[in-house]
Amino acid sequence: MNLATAQPAASAPEVWTPPSKGKVGMACLILAESAIFIIFVVAYVFYLGRDISGPTPRQVLELPILNSICLLASSATITVAVRALQRGAVRAFAIGWLATLLLGGYFLVGTALEWRKLIEVHGLTLQTNLFGTTFYSLVGLHACHVIVGLVLLLIVFGLTLAGTVRREHAGRTEVLALYWHFVDAIWIVVFTVVYVIGR
Amino acid sequence: MKTTTSPSLAVAAPLSGPDAGRRTALEHLHEWVVTVDHKKLGLMYILYGLLFFVVAGLEATLMRLQLAVPNNTFLSPQVFNQLFTLHGTTMVFLVGMPLLFGFANYLVPLMIGARDLAFPRLNAFGFWLSALGGILLYFSLIGGMGMAGAGSAPDVGWFAYSPLTSKAFSRGHSTDYWTIGILVGGFGSIATSANIVTTILCGRCPGMTLGRMPLLVWLNLVMCGMVLMVISPLTAAQIMLLLDRYLGSHFFDTQAGGSAVLWQHFFWIFGHPEVYVLIIPGFAFASEIIPVFSRKAIFGYPVMVGATVAIAFVSFGVWAHHMFTVGMTSVGNTFFAISTMLVGVPTGIKIFNWIGTMWGGKIRLATPMLFCIAFLFQFLIAGLTGIMLAVVPFDWQLSDSYFVVAHFHFVLVGALLFTIFGAVYYWFPKATGRMMSERLGKWHFWLFVIGFHITFDTMHIPGLLGMPRRIYTYDAGRGWDALNLICTLGVAVQGVGILFFVVNVLRSLVKGVPAGNDPWDAWTLEWATTSPPPEYNFAAIPVVRSRRPLWDLKHPTDPDWKYE
Repeated sequence: MNLATAQPAASAPEVWTPPSKGKVGMACLILAESAIFIIFVVAYVFYLGRDISGPTPRQVLELPILNSICLLASSATITVAVRALQRGAVRAFAIGWLATLLLGGYFLVGTALEWRKLIEVHGLTLQTNLFGTTFYSLVGLHACHVIVGLVLLLIVFGLTLAGTVRREHAGRTEVLALYWHFVDAIWIVVFTVVYVIGR
Repeated sequence: MKTTTSPSLAVAAPLSGPDAGRRTALEHLHEWVVTVDHKKLGLMYILYGLLFFVVAGLEATLMRLQLAVPNNTFLSPQVFNQLFTLHGTTMVFLVGMPLLFGFANYLVPLMIGARDLAFPRLNAFGFWLSALGGILLYFSLIGGMGMAGAGSAPDVGWFAYSPLTSKAFSRGHSTDYWTIGILVGGFGSIATSANIVTTILCGRCPGMTLGRMPLLVWLNLVMCGMVLMVISPLTAAQIMLLLDRYLGSHFFDTQAGGSAVLWQHFFWIFGHPEVYVLIIPGFAFASEIIPVFSRKAIFGYPVMVGATVAIAFVSFGVWAHHMFTVGMTSVGNTFFAISTMLVGVPTGIKIFNWIGTMWGGKIRLATPMLFCIAFLFQFLIAGLTGIMLAVVPFDWQLSDSYFVVAHFHFVLVGALLFTIFGAVYYWFPKATGRMMSERLGKWHFWLFVIGFHITFDTMHIPGLLGMPRRIYTYDAGRGWDALNLICTLGVAVQGVGILFFVVNVLRSLVKGVPAGNDPWDAWTLEWATTSPPPEYNFAAIPVVRSRRPLWDLKHPTDPDWKYE
């Protein structure tokens, strides 16, 4: 007799399917990451307009419209890709995944070009003033997350090309997609705070 | 009640064959280094915490020796600053957190009837990151390359107020070791917390609904959820500090318009919930030990869960009570005073419920219970001085005095450390298969409780008399002399108590009475398996129908599930 069998079998508890471990784990990571971003956003808003020397956001920042559209679109393509894999359509998955990679990559290139212009034309660096400090750290923290996401996407894409990604991996790609959606959602916050309200 | 040692509880018959021959010490070491087993990692966390507990305790002893008499020259001001920085940082990040994660690691899967945490390899990763953080902090002692080229420990205090941490005022790399050590350890804490939350939400055995989980599991769920949200602000602030120190940014650089007060906000947004992160697992131990030694089910289970969640919620809105003397608006002061006093309500409910559990129970005064009873009294006093400090004008008078030091040592030693000792005595038989000595345990308890009160009751008074914290010495004739001497003498008594504890642990490992599966006649699942549990915990995954599955098993005619 032991615990597993000691209970009356007739009234066995209803079958309970636990939530996906990957999704819950990723939700925990997203919670922790959100707290980090909140602090950087608070610092950005707190120091907004407190500079004792220029340049100011209004003077140098341009709306990164195309960039933002690309990043947000990548959320759609990754969803399409994951759905395709759930159906077992590996080819469609690969195409959607590649589109996500390219859109994310374009966003990163766009950020790099923006930074280059800010540094070379406007002379704005991390050291210039409080705006430079908070702008580069907040946007840079987001860009770091994009880079991590791209590396993970690239690994999965490589595995897909090698033919090891199959239908049963749809759940795992879904977890990765959650992270990618988070990166996009953060960009909406950063865009609103830095480029809309802060300009 | 005679079913305690009944063979019916032996869930786990050994499945695997005998190990092939004797293994060398190197093979044992290798096994522990590469392990992903939650029990081994839990024990490693606990050993790591106890090791640093001795180190940080010795640091405190050195400081008390310096302060025993006025105008003492035993330690230089520089060394004294390094000691209080190391003592505080070590006790919070390298003792408190690892010990609590260790217990959570060891107990949570066993209590919910799981074979391991949700992500065993992530668990090992989290442990080794935390270990690396501690090693980095202490490496500064030999490798911090201070100005003279010698090693130097960080000396900015455990909350490292800006601008003390800027390049201009913290030369060398000691502050960088402090920053990076905490940053790395923080990543480990986040990994482990995510792991434990996932385990609790996804890994429960059949029948183990949220409403049937042992309180320890509930409280660790709340604690780990808090860690996810409170360690991150600290991580963010440390990244900013690193950017300031290495890349010349201006977050906390007042000359470029930055704000030193912002660091205080960011630090205490972490720092105050962190106190609850530390104490909630202490509550968890008490909530398991007190019912078993009162022979009654916990009083007010749903209220206990609700109060814990309420404490966690309110604790996110109290941080600036550490900053009343900074000069906030009266609205800010009032808000944080009220929110701080509000924490007292759910905390009072918990104390009420623990007493309600003991009320009318058949109390067994074994060592774990003794520590928990002392915890109740001491935590009450800690809470009362906390409410006093929440009164803004009172805080203006006593902020940064020894009264505050006495207050938070009542929380962290009088409440948390006492429950940790209780937990060690309670679960040692499960982890090792041997009982700890009750005789030595009682020596440990009484010496430690007496030493604790000699030191920390007395410490309130020099604080009220105006003695600031963090001074390396003081002039004679201010009325502090005798009181400081008494505080230091108390440390000696505590030290002897700790010695009894260490001797008890080592002796019981070898000579302890075999414990059997369920030495305390307890009710939670960890006591259903062997002591120590096999690697797979349970040969068959258990099925539970109430909050006290072992009670149901031992009393088939009067099971709990009929009444819940």
